[in-house]
Amino acid sequence: MNLTPASIPRLARHVRFRFDTARNCHVLLAPERVVMPDPIAVAILEACDGTTDITTIADRLAARYRAPIEAVLADCLEMLDDLATKGMIAS
Amino acid sequence: MTTLPPPLAMLMELTHRCPLKCPYCSNPLGLDRARDELDTATWQRVISEAAGIGILQAHFSGGEPMVRQDLPDLIRHARTEGLYTNLITSAVLLDQRRMTALAEAGLDHVQISFQGAEPDMADRIAGLDRAHEKKLAAARLVREAGLALTINAVVHRQNLDQLPAMLDLAIATGAQRIEVAHVQYYGWALKNRAALIPTRTQLDEATRIVEDARRRLAGQLVIDYVVPDYYASRPKACMGGWARQFFNITPSGKMLPCHAAETLDLPFERITERSVGAIWADSPGFRAYRGTGWMAPPCRGCARAEIDWGGCRCQALALTGNAAATDPACGLSPDHAMMADLAGAESAAASDNFAYRMIS
Repeated sequence: MNLTPASIPRLARHVRFRFDTARNCHVLLAPERVVMPDPIAVAILEACDGTTDITTIADRLAARYRAPIEAVLADCLEMLDDLATKGMIAS
Repeated sequence: MTTLPPPLAMLMELTHRCPLKCPYCSNPLGLDRARDELDTATWQRVISEAAGIGILQAHFSGGEPMVRQDLPDLIRHARTEGLYTNLITSAVLLDQRRMTALAEAGLDHVQISFQGAEPDMADRIAGLDRAHEKKLAAARLVREAGLALTINAVVHRQNLDQLPAMLDLAIATGAQRIEVAHVQYYGWALKNRAALIPTRTQLDEATRIVEDARRRLAGQLVIDYVVPDYYASRPKACMGGWARQFFNITPSGKMLPCHAAETLDLPFERITERSVGAIWADSPGFRAYRGTGWMAPPCRGCARAEIDWGGCRCQALALTGNAAATDPACGLSPDHAMMADLAGAESAAASDNFAYRMIS
């Protein structure tokens, strides 16, 4: 794993994240790739503003969804690290 | 009948004109001429109609799309429609002035083809002097402009020994992604198959190199790998299934389910006569092999029917004479052994002489 709780994740410059009205869901667009993130992933991606570290993102989401912080942090790290390996998330 | 999901991507062959003459060009043997190309306003209408039916990615290709002076206008239009824009180019025409214009138009991603890892090989395959040097310079311009870069390394029997050097080249250019694409044998490549098809040993070595590089370069370089069907045991899901995710528009405006589909005897329609959405939904050419209803055994009833969608129709036609046959790349096809034997014999015995792609 390359990302740590202290990493500050942001979308890679060539990646776009937007809502698609034709499919009624969010999409991540990258070279030759279309990813349709699930609602949890959408919430994490919306929190990636390029200034907030993963610990803080997880804290906020845990509070918002009343979920255990350890589990939310683990989900955030796993999801963002997977996208980082695919070149979609930078830190 | 389930509802038809929206297509993901459109490939626009803006022109068939190209300064290169690669003997495996994906364009058809019968090339469109400049005077038959769609004009700017028509391409813009096509882009809007395609966005309207839900495509997310717009691929600008050719020929060499940069011979069209209106390329930045078309890219800007696609961005206005919310599409992810991808330029598939030889890059030999990409200088600083044109790079700036493309970046200002909102281009997201540039995919540059390489014919080898060094000039002797690369320029000979491309049929153009100094092509390799120009591509390297263009790759630098793409990275300096801050755009995403993919190196498209097209590999075959004559250049596979340069695969490790092509991976190094991708790293050196700062690319995020490399597509190691074995030549697919349609059109010009089918004509030149005997000069290009790798041996089984070469293919296995290439696969080993790619798997090793994927481990070594994880998180640094995304590596996509496209294998040649001739040594496969299962067919590829060609285009993700016929008319399921993708369509192609030729320079003169024919709308096709894939760029090789004109080899099939089907009534494909022109976007100058009907809308993109109407052709996608109910054109006879698109409906011909969509879904699984057209399949005969061994595809019909196969557990993988909705995984590989019967493989490739163009390959079935080219190798068996029947476009509705199971792709011979499948181990269950009665023609499977013939395909592997063909590859084995040609790769071991044939000469390296090929015919360059040209407008006849």
